[in-house]
Amino acid sequence: MNRLLSVIVNNRAGVLHRVTALFLRKGFNIQNITVGTTDNQAQSRMTIVLSDTDEETVEQVMKQLHKQIDVLKVTDWTHQPVVVRELVLIQVNSPVSTRATLTTLINPFRAHIIDVGRDTVMVEAVGKPEKVDALISLLRPYGIVELARTGVTALSRDTQTSEEMMRRTKENALYI
Amino acid sequence: MNMRIEPNAKPSLTGAQILVEALRKEQVEVIFGYPGGAVLPLYDALYECGIPHILARHEQGAIHMAEGYARVTGRPGVVIATSGPGATNLVTGLADAMLDSLPIVAITGQVSTAVIGSDAFQETSMIGISTPITKHCQQVRDVRQLAQTLKEAFHIASTGRKGPVLVDIPKDVAGFRAPFDYEEAVWLPGYQPNTRPNALQVRRLAEALTEAKRPVLLVGAGVLHAGAHQALLALVERYQIPVVSTLLGLGAFPGNHPLFLGMGGMHGSYAANQALSNTDLLVNIGARFDDRLTGNTAHFATSATIAHIDIDPAEIGKNVRTQLPMVADAKEALVALLAVSGSVGDYADWRRDLLQKGAEFPFWYVPDDGPLKPQRVIEFVHEVTGGGAVVVTDVGQHQMWAAQFYRFERPNEWVTSGGLGTMGFGLPAAIGAQIGRRDAPVVAIVGDAGFQMTLQELSVVVDYQLPLKIVIINNRSLGMVRQWQELFYQERYSESLMHCQPNYCKLADAYGIEGVLIENEADLQTKLRRALLQPGPVLVDCRVAEGENVYPMVAPLCGLHEMVGVKP
Repeated sequence: MNRLLSVIVNNRAGVLHRVTALFLRKGFNIQNITVGTTDNQAQSRMTIVLSDTDEETVEQVMKQLHKQIDVLKVTDWTHQPVVVRELVLIQVNSPVSTRATLTTLINPFRAHIIDVGRDTVMVEAVGKPEKVDALISLLRPYGIVELARTGVTALSRDTQTSEEMMRRTKENALYI
Repeated sequence: MNMRIEPNAKPSLTGAQILVEALRKEQVEVIFGYPGGAVLPLYDALYECGIPHILARHEQGAIHMAEGYARVTGRPGVVIATSGPGATNLVTGLADAMLDSLPIVAITGQVSTAVIGSDAFQETSMIGISTPITKHCQQVRDVRQLAQTLKEAFHIASTGRKGPVLVDIPKDVAGFRAPFDYEEAVWLPGYQPNTRPNALQVRRLAEALTEAKRPVLLVGAGVLHAGAHQALLALVERYQIPVVSTLLGLGAFPGNHPLFLGMGGMHGSYAANQALSNTDLLVNIGARFDDRLTGNTAHFATSATIAHIDIDPAEIGKNVRTQLPMVADAKEALVALLAVSGSVGDYADWRRDLLQKGAEFPFWYVPDDGPLKPQRVIEFVHEVTGGGAVVVTDVGQHQMWAAQFYRFERPNEWVTSGGLGTMGFGLPAAIGAQIGRRDAPVVAIVGDAGFQMTLQELSVVVDYQLPLKIVIINNRSLGMVRQWQELFYQERYSESLMHCQPNYCKLADAYGIEGVLIENEADLQTKLRRALLQPGPVLVDCRVAEGENVYPMVAPLCGLHEMVGVKP
């Protein structure tokens, strides 16, 4: 199964290299890695998705990451309540005649047209990777000119709230 | 004149001076290195600084010397090399120190900050190259961070699971000035090695020891790094558990102790491998379940509960599934275990069986009146030195024979390249060991092939008047490669026979060292004895039987229970 790791690292030169060199050396498969600073400018968050990784391997990945001096915290969010989001930019063929249809089509995705050309428009959407996949396949018949995905980033939900939600779901289940 | 005087301002030093001051603060006794363009400012500061510098004849030699020094003293070995080729020549030693957890601080020069990235003369990305083979590495681009970076380097190299740390210093940074402040404590939130064992886990392990019927201790170099040999002995004495050592753990437990079964693994003793195969409680203390120790893991200790004490959490469960993990310094773990008043189980039958196997199937060879047997040479070196020498080896057959036939009785007197298996390690590592232990007898046991990889360091032996004894086990081949070709490649000796050899006695003479040729038992008794006991350095060329193989052996993909070549 795919694993979602959130890694807090020192925001300094060479840290991304250390992490990717580690994955190369140990033969771990990265599907996705995104990096950006946190609220604390001295720290960055790396959001890493490992493809098709078993329990033992993910444990080894986490331990090896921990050995890096510049890695401050590693969390496995695979089974945690988290929000996962990805941004996509899609430049799609859109002669003026089909533009209205296109707008209607992307509306349920809360996607926007952010650039308009003579023959194309650029669509921006944010969502879970599955939602982005769906939007892309929906737009493919119109002719995708270019596409860029950021890869996912993630944050854990407020645990109190999410625990409460889970509890409430259980309580509700009694009445169903 | 308008000069402001700041009474509290610390005097500022150049980067090079900061390096020297940091080495002084770290009480560095000796530096191994080789100068060059990018480290000229550093070497200028080292000139007459009072810290002895050993001039190797190749940077690889310098870092292996630092490794040998670190192995016998427990202190970080310091090595300096210039940028580009100087730095890349350290690579093998860094990888070697990484796998064998040796504390090394490597200082490399770098081209000036202004030209980094421009493919300047002698520029290589040492951070890029050394990241996967160092515990940590850091380039210093701001001289104000140099002192702290060096302090962190020594701290990281010599704490937790020890290892090599590289600090890359651009040439201009060595010339810039900054105040020298070395007082601030190292604070690395991402590096907090845990040394203290979890009390619950200690209790569980003590209970497991009480309940076990067939326990065995596997001791690795972690015991040596932690200085835990006495605590280990106390634990063994209390529980009366048989002990198996890894290659690198030799000496952690006295080789002449009745409960010592010898080295385990590919060329380990039959009794040790039987113990590992049939145990119901395997307690690994500071070893990393290397494949040369476990054989095929599918057949390894199949009926055992595995307990693993290691300072590096990533080692636990990495190769072998572990039921009783304990992340701790080996000494603290053993002391904690001794403090638990667990009752001692009854392992008398198990112990008797293993000790009988040990007596019945020891390491063996067929003595021969003809060509000298290599195992005999090792036995003889042990006999003459009374087991009291620091023994350093290269890699290959002679290394295995040394591990099998030299009985190590004390800690930190065995220096060998285990994890990386670096040919060429022996001579320079022995030089480093001799520098670390000036008064101890040090014997380098090397093969003819490995010796030829780094023999230029003979100059260092003469230069610093080291009383090193170098014994070449000369079978005129890459013995271990030849053995595998004989056993697994239908005797097709592809590029493993080296019949063109220098005259080693003349070679020794050329360097100003006494050379001795040994061809038979009579030579051993007279010439080798005298060579080992005389005060100065000597190079001994022992012509041994060329087709001799290392036995017993666990063939690749086999389990430890499937040994071949056990004494008939």
